[in-house]
Amino acid sequence: MKYFTKDHEWLVVDAGVATLGITAYAQEQLGDIVFVELPDPGKALAKGGEAAVVESVKAASEVFSPIDGEVIEANRRLTDDPGLVNLEPETDGWFVKIRPADGTDFSDLMDEEGYRAFVATL
Amino acid sequence: MSASHDTTVLETPLHAAHVALGGRMVPFAGYAMPVQYPTGIIAEHQWTRAHAGLFDVSHMGQGFLVGPDHATVAAALETLVPADVLGLAPGRQRYSQFLSETGGILDDLMVSRPVGADGTLFLVVNASNKAADWAHLRAHLPASIALSTLDDRALLALQGPEAEAVMVGLGGNVADMVFMETRSITLAGLAVDVSRSGYTGEDGFEISVAANDAARLWGAILADERAKPIGLGARDSLRLEGGLCLHGHDIDPSSSPVEAGLLWSIQKRRRLDGGFPGADRIRREIAEGPSRLRVGLRLDGRQPARDGAEIATPDGTIVGRVTSGGFGPTVDGPVAMGWVDPAHAAPGTELAVLVRGRALPARVTALPFVPARFRR
Repeated sequence: MKYFTKDHEWLVVDAGVATLGITAYAQEQLGDIVFVELPDPGKALAKGGEAAVVESVKAASEVFSPIDGEVIEANRRLTDDPGLVNLEPETDGWFVKIRPADGTDFSDLMDEEGYRAFVATL
Repeated sequence: MSASHDTTVLETPLHAAHVALGGRMVPFAGYAMPVQYPTGIIAEHQWTRAHAGLFDVSHMGQGFLVGPDHATVAAALETLVPADVLGLAPGRQRYSQFLSETGGILDDLMVSRPVGADGTLFLVVNASNKAADWAHLRAHLPASIALSTLDDRALLALQGPEAEAVMVGLGGNVADMVFMETRSITLAGLAVDVSRSGYTGEDGFEISVAANDAARLWGAILADERAKPIGLGARDSLRLEGGLCLHGHDIDPSSSPVEAGLLWSIQKRRRLDGGFPGADRIRREIAEGPSRLRVGLRLDGRQPARDGAEIATPDGTIVGRVTSGGFGPTVDGPVAMGWVDPAHAAPGTELAVLVRGRALPARVTALPFVPARFRR
């Protein structure tokens, strides 16, 4: 299942692991991405808290975790190739894999259709 | 992202052209301006360094000072700026600053003396300060000198190693112009005033044109495939690599030209004779050294530091603050400018920039980061 936030993060939940990234719309708005600051595995993430920082040529932007959980893995490919977020934002350009906290409720996140409708209002 | 529909945001005469080119319009200094076009900031930056980048800088303030003769007008302007305006030859341009009574930089500006118009000076000031600059001039100039602001003029900049060839291709008689020379020419059949200067560190031109002609000129330049439109994002990364100050960031009303490393813009006669606001401070700083200096910083790694980040020694003592920072596409790494204590300002000094709790190793680097390629 793929979820979205109003801050333009996406979250794919599969077999108890949630993969977090930013949407194609978000990378388009940010422009050329030159650096991604990623958390270390084991870091606890709080819903609405910072999960990563993405730096475009212009500015730094926070990437928020849509859920409580623990970082299992960060996408180290982004360290050498941050532009992957521009090229493949919703596939190879993922940021972190998260183990969701017990009882995590995804129901306040948008589905793909809801997110598309949201973007259309911007 | 709805700024361009906000009625309080002004549009330049090229607004429709930017939108047609897919420019992403953002509010800047009260104007809707293109921050980038679809190719993006890095590609636009690289294009300008390799070919010719076309910028709309019509938001900047353009004005004429007109008085009885050059000596009178120059003397009046010299009461507000520290440059030698009197010694400015016809057809030449100088960089200067409006200074406060305490020697702080209210704004920086370009002053040119048009050929064949004795008693006239042409000024270009920053967009974000232009209303204050014009008010400052009107409040201080004698009645014999009139300021006319040119709200019916657009300003284009064409920058890069192929800028001259593009200008010549449009019939512009510019091939023999040198850096900081100005001239009235016909370009693409239109009457324009050009200077061989800019804000990128590259050779190039700034072109003042009637607002009604701006879209035609813009289109004529872009019809040459060596020229592409460049937004404010790449303008900022280009000028940062060029070590050029952005007022409100690298220089502001608290900072003096000496601290900012702009002493080259205060010619010898003015240093000796003074007669400009804040002259006491500036002559004291020349004699004794300023309390801080603007430096360039090259950061290790890939992570940029932004305006406001603290600068520290390797042992953690705070010695300064970043005033502009980002990723330099030509340098291919993060670069910044900022204030540091003069004891830590020598090129090669190892420092650190504090970003989100981490100390990023950095080294004081002589400015510019990318060698200037002006046509001297």
